[in-house]
Amino acid sequence: MELMDLNGSAVADPNAFAFVGEQPDQADRLGGPGQTYLQDAMRRFRENKAAVAGVIILCFFVVMSFLGPVLSGYQYNTSNLLAANQGVSAQHWFGTDDLGRDIWARVWKGGQMSILIGVVAALLQGVIGVLIGSIAGFVGGRVDNIIMRIVEFLMAFPYLVWVMLLMMVTGSGVFPMILALTLTGWLSMARLVRGQILSLKHEDYVVAASSMGGGSRRIILKHMIPNMMGIIIVNMTFAIPGAIFSEAFLSFIGIGISSPQTSWGLLVNMGMKQIYAYPTRLLIPCVCISLTMLSLQLIGDGLRDALDPKLRR
Amino acid sequence: MKLLKFILKRVVVSVIMIFCLVTISFFLVKLIPGSPFTSEKMQAGNKAAIYAYYGLDKPVYEQYFTYMKNLLHGDLGTSYKIRGVTVNEIIRTAFPYSLDLGMRAVAFALTMGLLLGIVAAYQRGKAMDTFTMIVAIIGTSVPSFIMGFFVQYLFAVKLKWFPPAEYTSFAHTVLPTFALGLGMLATIAKYTRTSMLEVISSDYVKTADAKGLSKFRIIVGHQLRNALMPIITLLGPMIASVITGTFVVENVFAIPGLGRHYVTSVQGLDYTLITGLTIFFAAFLVLMNLLVDIVYALIDPRIGLVE
Repeated sequence: MELMDLNGSAVADPNAFAFVGEQPDQADRLGGPGQTYLQDAMRRFRENKAAVAGVIILCFFVVMSFLGPVLSGYQYNTSNLLAANQGVSAQHWFGTDDLGRDIWARVWKGGQMSILIGVVAALLQGVIGVLIGSIAGFVGGRVDNIIMRIVEFLMAFPYLVWVMLLMMVTGSGVFPMILALTLTGWLSMARLVRGQILSLKHEDYVVAASSMGGGSRRIILKHMIPNMMGIIIVNMTFAIPGAIFSEAFLSFIGIGISSPQTSWGLLVNMGMKQIYAYPTRLLIPCVCISLTMLSLQLIGDGLRDALDPKLRR
Repeated sequence: MKLLKFILKRVVVSVIMIFCLVTISFFLVKLIPGSPFTSEKMQAGNKAAIYAYYGLDKPVYEQYFTYMKNLLHGDLGTSYKIRGVTVNEIIRTAFPYSLDLGMRAVAFALTMGLLLGIVAAYQRGKAMDTFTMIVAIIGTSVPSFIMGFFVQYLFAVKLKWFPPAEYTSFAHTVLPTFALGLGMLATIAKYTRTSMLEVISSDYVKTADAKGLSKFRIIVGHQLRNALMPIITLLGPMIASVITGTFVVENVFAIPGLGRHYVTSVQGLDYTLITGLTIFFAAFLVLMNLLVDIVYALIDPRIGLVE
């Protein structure tokens, strides 16, 4: 008999195969080494070209933000009025600003600040969101009701308006900004985790764990959170560009990071004032913010597809 | 009757929400360190006179009740920085600009987003689909003010196709509309594409196709109608993002709208203007969300009006 595919054309020569006899002991052996969930996810992630490009872009910006300030040999906050407003040159690779500070150093130091704020704020938002969401979902009843009403109320108004109001009270600076972003940014994570907990509550393994006397802390930490880790990680990845954007927005309107410190948002703010005379000063931080946010967006998309193949469209 | 009850319930909830927000923003603003009347040139007596004039010498709870009483009459107070101008006047002159810009941005985002989404779903895997995905990823990852600078520099400064700033003729509106609307457009295109792909293989579409309906009628009458539902739920958050978008886009293009006033008031610690505009934005947003909910309930009979 000839081996054929659906269209009726021959796909293999039957003579190439030989009968090797029955091997009952080999019958349920697997062909290759087993793949864990994480290996499988890693493989899917690596196959996603856009996500890999995102990782490369992000690595570039992270490495440069730490290496860049060292390479130029200038301090980001040393001003030299004799060398103010210089163009691109061998001494100053991106030129100098109106106080004669090296823009190369300021851009990469600013990258440190923006990425730091993004990562720290996203992590803190995530932790608080998971905590509050778990409590709401697991305890349920009146506690859940009160928490969800508060979430709904805070979500009814733009997040940035809350951040602006808080930032005015706490004053500008790095820590006030992280605080304000954390206090206002946990809402969507809490909502997500609550929904997950509610649906995981009736899973067999959770019922089994609780019937064997597992405490609620153990069930949440050992069973539920590992099972929604994928969703949590994806959500946090998307929270980082959100926080980087918020930093840029706040510094741009002048209530975020202030000089002599530096951040990408602040550089945009300064560059805006000189858009006609020195357009590159605006262009450089703009490109940095956009590419970093783009890379994180691509990584987030890739992670979502890799960690939860069911969601893939 | 059911609809009326639903609307009534939502109105009550909205009023409570706005009341909470007014209270919170009033006291938050009171907590701000520093004062709008700090100036080295000011003499002690003058400061006391100004404080007395604005009622700032009274205890905070008394100021709160005065504010609430005035608010019930629709009076949002007088600006501390723009001398002698009430917050109501500022809203009256500046809001039309923001509303105009916002509506243009929403209209641009809706038409282009839907169009791109539909085309992408039909050309799945082909050039237009890739193009839509690229637009979507750029739209969601480039902040609106950066997009604003970019188009301003490219099309106004370098190519001189459009005027770089102000807001007086149609040509002036093109760039800010694009900058403000692109983010929304990206989200709409992404959602439309996904939900079009979902309905493309559904039974009623196959039936309509088998009946011999034209492709246009199938898309508009059968697919889009169903694919639109999830997009309407997006409108609420989108209006919120338009409001925060105007804060920066109006600054980039020097448009004398409310968003610009809001940012100036935050920078200048103009307490009454901050509180007044926050309340105004909140009320506007709550009203819009209410409208979206009602429209959603009206056009989708599957959704009961009870939550």
